[in-house]
Amino acid sequence: MLTKRIIPCLDIKDGRTVKGVRFEGLRDAGDPVALAARYAREGADELVFLDITATNQKRTTLIHLVRDVARELDIPFTVGGGIGTVADVEALLLNGADKVSLNSAALARPELIDELARRFGSQCIVVAADTRFHEPDGWQIYTRAGTHNTGRDAVQWCREAADRGAGEILLTSMSNDGTKDGFALDITGAVSRAVSVPVVASGGAGSMQDFTTVFQQAQADAGLAASIFHFGEIGIRALKEHLRQDGIPVRL
Amino acid sequence: MNIAVIDYKGGNVQSVLFALERLGVQATLTADHATIRAADKILFPGEGEASSAMRELRAQGLDQLLPTLTQPFLGICLGMQLLGRHSEENDVDLLGILPFDVVRFPAAAGLKVPHMGWNNLQQLRSPLFAGLREEDYVYFVHSYFAPVGDYTIAQAAYPAPFSAAVQHQNFYAVQFHTEKSGPVGTRILENFLRL
Repeated sequence: MLTKRIIPCLDIKDGRTVKGVRFEGLRDAGDPVALAARYAREGADELVFLDITATNQKRTTLIHLVRDVARELDIPFTVGGGIGTVADVEALLLNGADKVSLNSAALARPELIDELARRFGSQCIVVAADTRFHEPDGWQIYTRAGTHNTGRDAVQWCREAADRGAGEILLTSMSNDGTKDGFALDITGAVSRAVSVPVVASGGAGSMQDFTTVFQQAQADAGLAASIFHFGEIGIRALKEHLRQDGIPVRL
Repeated sequence: MNIAVIDYKGGNVQSVLFALERLGVQATLTADHATIRAADKILFPGEGEASSAMRELRAQGLDQLLPTLTQPFLGICLGMQLLGRHSEENDVDLLGILPFDVVRFPAAAGLKVPHMGWNNLQQLRSPLFAGLREEDYVYFVHSYFAPVGDYTIAQAAYPAPFSAAVQHQNFYAVQFHTEKSGPVGTRILENFLRL
């Protein structure tokens, strides 16, 4: 049976992980390659690297990192952050990334999704949608690291992205992100039902039960989190054992 | 050992090269017929879309060469599908090495396509799976599949059973990504290298 996936997310700046990662026995906690290997050993199903570097050197550094990670890692990984062109995607895939995640560039020019899906196949094109709830408009899509409201409805945009050829939607609720109060069940469920591609839920995970809930009540295909994994609040293996006890199919 | 990885611009071959490197094996990425013919083992990875892959194979004459090879051969993902007769994906004729037709997962309520993630292997019957257990997990990403037939050497279900791996003579192929399936995938690659 196809299992639900658990995905740690690493924020990368200048080729290093940031936001802090605290692991016992890991001397250099900023090294993405060491962290990636560690998560893979603990049973992570995939990894996401989100590049938040904002310099001209960005591409070269990121590509070196992707290559170093791909050389070591025997599970799939996705790279996102500032990807805007076919050439960006080609360079990442040629160096070993399994999927790329598009965000602002896809909203600025949605045809980019079609072009990339045709060229590289839907299986490696993820569209990351950052959404926030506010009255009276409901769930709206934000870009540029969550600073700019596009005025677009979240469900409608995710459906368009999937129709254009995205193979997966990475849905982050900015309203929940950092709260540790749980995933946004309503919008995750609404997007999950609206698209026929897998949906990764992100933003708000604070407990093991939050993962159970998003899988059972919002039909998410995968759950993504960052700090709760990095700071050892929740171990990947313990989380998967918890999910299995709750009757959710996981790879253990 | 002399290993050729077929180069036909078929997607993420780098992951396969890295997986071989982790096993301490040198491989050559090549479309050169003489090099391919002389190799001890052949890997045929692939991702993306079937008709453009076939176009590239034909452009390089590989559609003629590959069926004549006699050394152990391992197709991966699209590299497995291309060994069949025909694909529903843009209605294209394939290499015809194995007698299956590739079809798309049906549109059904609640069935996400692509089939993406970790799923179990069942009914394993090949030395390719030595050391594995029934229900071991491997990583799949695909929207099209080969039905189960006499050539099937492992199955998976989504939700109905399909061919997770196939074999005909020296031609072995897997629908999942051995290079991205953790220790289980690594074991399968090691088994292949020992064939």
